[in-house]
Amino acid sequence: MKKYFIITILFLFKFETSYSLIEIDITRGNLDPLPIAVSPLHVDPKSEKNNETEIKELGSNISEIIEKNFRGTGLFNPIKKDAFVQRPDIAHLKPRFEDWRLIKAQALVTGKLLLVNGKLKVEFRLWDLTASKEMIALAFTTTPSNWRRVAHIISDKIYERLTGENGYFDTRIIYVAETGPKNQRVKRLAIMDQDGAKTKYLTLGNELVLTPRFNPANQLVTYLSYFRNLPRVYLLDIETGVQEVVGNFPGMTFAPRFSPDGKKIIMSFAKDGNSDIFTMDLETRVVEKITGHSSIDTSPSFSPDGKFICFNSDRSGLQQIYVMKSDGTGVKRITFGKGLYGTPVWSPRGDLIAFTKVHKGRFFIGVMRPDGTGERLLTENFYQEAPSWSPNGRVLVFYRETKSGPKGEGFSAKLWSIDITGYNERKISTETDASDPSWSSLLSK
Amino acid sequence: MILLTVLSLPFMTRKPIDLPPIVSVELIQISDQTNIPFAPKARKIIEEVKKEEERIVSEQAPPSAKAKEKPDRIPLPNDKEEKKQIVKKKQNPEEIKPQIRQSSEFEKKEIVDTNQIAALIDKAKEIEAVKEKNDKKLTQSNVKDSFATGLSLSEEDALRAQIFGCWSVPLGLPYDENLLVRIKLQLKKDGTVLKSEIIEHEKMNRPGQKFYKILAESALRAVRLCQPLKVPPTGYEKWKNIQLNFDPTEMLRG
Repeated sequence: MKKYFIITILFLFKFETSYSLIEIDITRGNLDPLPIAVSPLHVDPKSEKNNETEIKELGSNISEIIEKNFRGTGLFNPIKKDAFVQRPDIAHLKPRFEDWRLIKAQALVTGKLLLVNGKLKVEFRLWDLTASKEMIALAFTTTPSNWRRVAHIISDKIYERLTGENGYFDTRIIYVAETGPKNQRVKRLAIMDQDGAKTKYLTLGNELVLTPRFNPANQLVTYLSYFRNLPRVYLLDIETGVQEVVGNFPGMTFAPRFSPDGKKIIMSFAKDGNSDIFTMDLETRVVEKITGHSSIDTSPSFSPDGKFICFNSDRSGLQQIYVMKSDGTGVKRITFGKGLYGTPVWSPRGDLIAFTKVHKGRFFIGVMRPDGTGERLLTENFYQEAPSWSPNGRVLVFYRETKSGPKGEGFSAKLWSIDITGYNERKISTETDASDPSWSSLLSK
Repeated sequence: MILLTVLSLPFMTRKPIDLPPIVSVELIQISDQTNIPFAPKARKIIEEVKKEEERIVSEQAPPSAKAKEKPDRIPLPNDKEEKKQIVKKKQNPEEIKPQIRQSSEFEKKEIVDTNQIAALIDKAKEIEAVKEKNDKKLTQSNVKDSFATGLSLSEEDALRAQIFGCWSVPLGLPYDENLLVRIKLQLKKDGTVLKSEIIEHEKMNRPGQKFYKILAESALRAVRLCQPLKVPPTGYEKWKNIQLNFDPTEMLRG
């Protein structure tokens, strides 16, 4: 009897404690900017010139650039330095996590500078303040004049570590710099860092330049220039400054663009009075015709895997976007909305195509899936076009013109950027008016 | 007697009554109120209903006389300011400096419109998602789980809603990969986390799966930020071990 009683008790006890595990599905989160603290980089006492203001300022300048980069993404919210709770040198050794959490920071960036034999060593650490641990620590050595690039590279590494996506800060934008009155514009090729700093003019302005495009694989640029009123396609190496003519093409030539491997350029030009799409192998200089329709086919852009091409064509009567295989077969119209569609550009991520849409006299920049579904118009204005993707496929840069008076007064053209959510629109400051931007790939891969 | 017996015979031979098969019913613990905040539209409707109820009460006992506002009266400058502030709050979740925004009034208006639409779409999606979730909860398996574990639907919803708010979803995740991260938690009675464990921990450092580490870290961060979790005051043994399945696929695909 006693035995049965014990068994019953044990059974009841077991029944009481064996609950099945509660499982809760979390399928939503928030997209609020992540609060991040970027501590100024401190100067190592062993460093040369460690008491000079110049090097002390360098630490603050680097942290300011990192902050500016983060704020520009719309994904991070850098916390004001007034609220910081620990000296930069001590925080770099081991932060007091609980103190940083008090100011609502979730991540902390610390770092130090060391100048030895004229070389600058920059070290940084990224701390996860909620988990109280270091997430990444890296050091870079360079000449002191390269400090801006170091700031951008650090920004990229942190961005990548926190979002899982490649950064886009250590990149440049090439564009057409415009000066002078509207009817006598001087157009020069110009290049700058993605944040608008370090502008450099690459041509003199005596020839009209159009549509510069970066090679996604390196720092080569292709662009169109009119020489004695004839369009020529040029190749320019940004690193060496060497420039060469790829070819003279008949009639109207439009928007040469590189293939994803950088070995071909694709463009449209009018042969026998009709504009079609052609590719040119840069090694063999063999030109291949891709489309042969009686309509006007222009603005071709390869998918990142090189298997497809998107382009615009008026074969249905109005200008619309089409996708075809890279050999020109399987042409399929993907836009059916009201208005005209143009300048399609395939995202480096492959998931979206950016375009310009004109409807009822207004210009829109938008994105859609490669099959034409999920069209989203990100921004609308009086006149804007030529979207170009950041190398991670998250941000678009384009140019926008303002309405001018009858004599051309009040006219301006500026570069703007917007991310694919459509929430984070920003003007990129340029020294002159600017148009036709193209975003480079990452300089440090 | 014989006649009576003959007459009653057909009643004696009648067929047994067809009874419907027994349907088993399981009990679900449901609280009177859900802890999930009302969807914006629902809130509006509820407020309107409340207002109407109040109005009926006021008809019976009218409050002190108050001058009625003419519909076409000119709004005071203060009113205008208030209106503008509300719009700003709605449109700009992040404070953007005025100099980096577009300059002309017309452009501003356009941006406001676009955002409004986007915000409305987002809200609609939220409502849809909550609806879908609620529909899913009515399936038998979930009902069983809830019954067996002792967490009511409302308590589960409260916990879910709390973690939704703490989870910053990394945006660089691939769309075509399995994005499920399962975390096992051991909780203290006050809802703080005693132990957290990523179930498929080995995936953290697998080549080509860098996103998994980022995602898992974000999920862990959400749990830590949310501490103490909103757990019921009783039945600790039932919920001291819970598993959270983080999966942002639906959200990222939009």
